[in-house]
Amino acid sequence: MDNHTFPPDVIASVHELADLGRYQIRGFGARRKVPNFDDLVFLTASASRYPLEGYRERCATRTVLGARHGAHPVDLAIPITIAGMSFGALSAQAKAALGAAANEVGTSTTTGDGGMTDEERQASKTLVYQCLPSRYGFNPAHLRAADAIEIVIGQGAKPGGGGMLLGQKIGPRVAAMRTLPEGIDQRSASRHPDWTGPDDLQIKIEELREATGWEKPVYVKIGATRVSHDVKLAVAAGADVVVVDGMQGGTGATQDTFIEHAGIPTLAAVRLAGEALRELGVEREVQLIVSGGIRTGADVAKALALGADAVSLGIGALLALGCNRPTYHQDSTEIDATADYAALGTRPGECSACHTGRCPVGITTQDDLLSRRLDPGLAARRVANYLRALTMEVTMLARACGKSDVHNLEPEDLAALTVEAAAMARVPLAGTDWIPGAGR
Amino acid sequence: MDTVTAAGRPGTDLPEAVTQDTGTQDTGTGAPVITLDAAGLTTRAINSALRELPDGTSVVIMDPRGRHNLAVGLSNRIDVTVDGNAGYYAGGLGDGPDITVNGFTGWGIGENLMSGTIRVRGSVSQSAAASAHGGLVVVEGDASLRAGISLKGGTLAIAGDAGQLTGFMAQAGTILIGGDAGEALGDSLYEATIYVAGAIASLGADARRSELTEDDVTAVKQLSDRAGFDHIDPQLVTKVTSARELYHFTAHHASSY
Repeated sequence: MDNHTFPPDVIASVHELADLGRYQIRGFGARRKVPNFDDLVFLTASASRYPLEGYRERCATRTVLGARHGAHPVDLAIPITIAGMSFGALSAQAKAALGAAANEVGTSTTTGDGGMTDEERQASKTLVYQCLPSRYGFNPAHLRAADAIEIVIGQGAKPGGGGMLLGQKIGPRVAAMRTLPEGIDQRSASRHPDWTGPDDLQIKIEELREATGWEKPVYVKIGATRVSHDVKLAVAAGADVVVVDGMQGGTGATQDTFIEHAGIPTLAAVRLAGEALRELGVEREVQLIVSGGIRTGADVAKALALGADAVSLGIGALLALGCNRPTYHQDSTEIDATADYAALGTRPGECSACHTGRCPVGITTQDDLLSRRLDPGLAARRVANYLRALTMEVTMLARACGKSDVHNLEPEDLAALTVEAAAMARVPLAGTDWIPGAGR
Repeated sequence: MDTVTAAGRPGTDLPEAVTQDTGTQDTGTGAPVITLDAAGLTTRAINSALRELPDGTSVVIMDPRGRHNLAVGLSNRIDVTVDGNAGYYAGGLGDGPDITVNGFTGWGIGENLMSGTIRVRGSVSQSAAASAHGGLVVVEGDASLRAGISLKGGTLAIAGDAGQLTGFMAQAGTILIGGDAGEALGDSLYEATIYVAGAIASLGADARRSELTEDDVTAVKQLSDRAGFDHIDPQLVTKVTSARELYHFTAHHASSY
């Protein structure tokens, strides 16, 4: 009989903990199976509704974020943005490639824990500058040079936890930017140094607006836990945009236990966040960005239908750069990297060793030689292709639902394949009109 | 008092809404001082006016009544006096100005300061000089909890006592406490240095008392002089730095935190 309490992988885990006396730290996001966007399907048009022509009738994707308080809004061509990932977690080449790709398709990129590099500012036409608890490299000049500000309260992979960057990645430049000794294991603060609750946050947001002449939209990012309350508090504090990062959200490094056991799935978070905005009557005034495990155009479309105005990609963008590919390109030659994956105890398609700094394809590393394995031009083209493909998938589904704008997708366009997804997304179980918990 | 209008001052281009509420006063030095009456101006109007002023200008913000976010994000080299109590983040995100608060302040005085000076004639609430990368923050009274938290190269001089967790996770820079320090001083300290003239209630994780060198004595003397503190004997301060035992992640250190 199978042992469901102590199956072989759990036994192996106990043995590892006993051998090492520490918990596992890794990159990437949640691996466990949780209800997700795959558990929903679109109820596309038929007799009762008519579709738009797939390749002939226009379906708008323009996405405007952050005009609530009169700032210069972030005006994007597509509803898909690049999430905050630090220089430090990523190589400078990877950051630049993400910026170039975002420019090509008309969207934004985001800095990360560690400040803004000149390369990413130059590479990114629209750059969101994060204000994190650590304040590593936080600089008012960069604040003014940004196109929007994102106050990070939490992250889906580790809501309630601070950033982590192990010593292998704290090289001279990263250390200088973060004012840290080289080679230490950086464990960032989990709370901001100069404010705690939502009343303070309101004052903090005002400060950032004052310091930037009220020109920059202010986003507030939360890890998805008590989503409804947190979204409402962010709105009350003055956020122009709320970013909700579900538990499948990625990280460069954190404890496996945190990744797998904290936060709620993006599927549940998006619906809660959207409803919170509607309850406040600000759904047209405050935009919602959702992130955490968004992979496909279908995921994007479903997130929009459930209330998001845009989504943000982290791991998806890294995969498009070349993360987890078996090969890398250098000097026009394709080189096999499987031995390097093996040296990390993993293989292409399964690697989550971002924390080691030994990324076989040059993305999550600060090592000069490894960094050169990423061809920024090729990587940028791939990311741009990926973002275009996602956008085409979203518009295809939106047209099939009869929508001339992807932002017109709505919960009524969806049905759920599982009871769990029906309850979380608050759409009917397919073939029924039953929404578990509705009317409570 | 000289009644020359601010708008009439060469090189000064204040917004109309502000100039209507500003005046100048003669300090006796020949240089006019612009006054902004906070009671009749929004914070946005005050900060907007301050940003527009040319280097070398002196400004007094009258009647601040604990207003938050006064003189934040300034990068011009002006001299600002807040004539009363200020709220949160006074002088925050500054890169150049010299600011004096003739009163008490709320949280985050001089937070993320890059350069310039801030002097508070009274006491300050939590997180003074939080994450300051440069510049000098002088507190003539006491400082509440977590002063100098995440300090990144700035200098914080407190004449009186400092509350719990002063210097928490301070990465670089100097903190001088002229009075007593509360519990968990320098918790999780990196490379910042803390000098305490009075008693230390307790040290935080990875903080330790270090040997006071002649360079330290000189540094304390210079900082005391600059801050205007005459009650500190540089030879008698206690120096606190990081033990650097928690820089690397080791599970067996878990009980140290």
